[in-house]
Amino acid sequence: MGAKEVLTGMHFMNGDEACCEGALAVGCRFFAGYPITPATEIAESMSRRLPQVGGIFIQMEDEIASMAAILGASWGGVKSMTSTSGPGFSLMMENIGLGICTETPCVVCNVQRGGPSTGLPTLVAQGDMMQARWGSHGHYEIIALCPASPQEMFDMTIRAFNLSETYRLPVLIMADEVIGHMNERVIIPREDEIEIISRRKPTVSREDYLPYEADADGIAPMANCGDGYRIHVTGLTHDDRGYPAMDAKGQERMVARLVNKIRNNRDKIIRTKNLYLDDAEVVVVSYGISARSAMQAVRNARNEGIKAGLIKLETIWPFPEELIRSVAPRVKAMMMAEINGGQMVLELERCAGGACPVSLLSNYGGAILHPGLILNAIAKAARGTT
Amino acid sequence: MTTSKPVRNLPPHPMDSLLRTERIPHIWCPGCGIGTVFGAVLAAIKNTGWDPNSIAMVSGIGCTGRMAGYIRLDSFHTTHGRALPFATGLKLARPQTKVIVVSGDGDLFAIGGNHFIHAARRNMDMTVICVNNLNYGMTGGQQAPGTPLGAKTTTSVNGSPEEPFNFSYLASACGATYVARWTAMQVRSLRSSISEALEKRGFSFVEVITPCPSSFGRRNRMGSALEMLKFYQGRSVIRGDIDPKEASMDIDKEIVVGKFVDIERPTFMDHYEKFNRSQMPQWRSMHPDTQKGR
Repeated sequence: MGAKEVLTGMHFMNGDEACCEGALAVGCRFFAGYPITPATEIAESMSRRLPQVGGIFIQMEDEIASMAAILGASWGGVKSMTSTSGPGFSLMMENIGLGICTETPCVVCNVQRGGPSTGLPTLVAQGDMMQARWGSHGHYEIIALCPASPQEMFDMTIRAFNLSETYRLPVLIMADEVIGHMNERVIIPREDEIEIISRRKPTVSREDYLPYEADADGIAPMANCGDGYRIHVTGLTHDDRGYPAMDAKGQERMVARLVNKIRNNRDKIIRTKNLYLDDAEVVVVSYGISARSAMQAVRNARNEGIKAGLIKLETIWPFPEELIRSVAPRVKAMMMAEINGGQMVLELERCAGGACPVSLLSNYGGAILHPGLILNAIAKAARGTT
Repeated sequence: MTTSKPVRNLPPHPMDSLLRTERIPHIWCPGCGIGTVFGAVLAAIKNTGWDPNSIAMVSGIGCTGRMAGYIRLDSFHTTHGRALPFATGLKLARPQTKVIVVSGDGDLFAIGGNHFIHAARRNMDMTVICVNNLNYGMTGGQQAPGTPLGAKTTTSVNGSPEEPFNFSYLASACGATYVARWTAMQVRSLRSSISEALEKRGFSFVEVITPCPSSFGRRNRMGSALEMLKFYQGRSVIRGDIDPKEASMDIDKEIVVGKFVDIERPTFMDHYEKFNRSQMPQWRSMHPDTQKGR
């Protein structure tokens, strides 16, 4: 493999470009997408870079087709991804559901902008967080990551692929316009320092292989198209053979497994970065670009002698329920900093369970949160005058 | 009411090796034309002599979409209308696999119409079989893009106010390299057209006019399945190698059948390789033939 696949070294690049490089470094060789601000640079980078590493870039007719194409490519045995922003994310929901139901590894990066509808194409928001969780119909679990810098775009794109290959589902990278367009230092490690996980393959004969029979960890080994197993894959509720099993029993069995393979592995999936949490009296929870405002505010608060702490969510879904439950009873207040009308704060409230007051620091999009706004709220909460 | 278990001690069928026999009986209604098309597809596949592990079937949603569930190949029953973009990704990831897309007129040309146009324009190397039964069968017989003007369906009880698409003309206009149309009565011609389509490089398209006696036929008083077949056959006029514009598809006047297009045109992959060759020293690594150990 040539040096071009992993651009080892120190770079000055934006988050969208870092996403592309992370994908190539972990072995993504297929990208299907549709131009949309502020995610277009991912597609542009992919169209330039993929041919250099023997991969395929295709610009599809819309985001529905893009999502369908990456599922097809994944079954063809090639690691695949797409990228988009809100309007395209809405169109992708249909086939994200197909990916969940058929347990197809792939990655979707949503560089969020202001909505609803066409909204604010060039300006930041974090308004798609609940859509990421529940946007496709039916009940399911999802994995979504939230990068807060171009470096994290690189690192988390690698992690997103590894999670998708491990747990067999579309993994979402919920970035935002500022992270996508911000230029910062990105350090790309040596090729041998990059962890690459690929889907578990069946070890049994064609006669004995049941495509959706899970191993003890809840994950079924995956045969690709052309491996000789002659699999059947359907978006209908199916049994271990992959054949339609359309009754309450079949539904219970399939959906429970789709849900439990994520729920039972929460500890391995969930990651947070905690700052000054041990003795914190006021805790800010945040993610993406807002977490950087929050971090500044928490540091400023500490400089002023206020015992503030930060939980930076790196996986937004599944939500770090246990951590919040353990922190809430021993603090004066918790607050969620996010750029939407209050989405993840609902999860925070639910998990805090009334053990401490929970508040929201937000705007509806178009601008990042000022650290001063968060600092004021921390100071008030510390004084007990919310 | 008791339902008898399927009889499994029948002598083997010549197509059993390509069937998921454990899934038989199928869900199609008595007299449905999809079985005829399915049989022709199986025969054509067998005729190629290809390794079944190198062929994949992709379908959308609807009665015809269920074909993918009965064929013993790598088979993918995707979302409504999205078989073609799914197949596009599959084909580009595994260029050495022959990809066959089967679906109905509603799936391919209503909800999936835009995907059809673009897959044909790109000349994606795949074979598309459209079962045109003139309505949405799975949902009980609604108006579809193939429904004739004035025909009765559950969503056009007084007659459809829309003129139907001419799918074969559309396919040729979008750039398909092979286009043929037959009715389900012309089985030998259909089989040989599907064989030719499978062997064709590029986007090949075969349209089959089939009876849907349970829904379309019943509401339009067309009689039994056999009567419908005979009716379509009676309306058929074989005209090969004509301008697809002239290939009228009008069940009240004339159903022009035959092979309308058989041309050569570079595929998406031909162009992609040509334009990116200088960039891709490792191009071969994409081909799983040389991908071992990847």
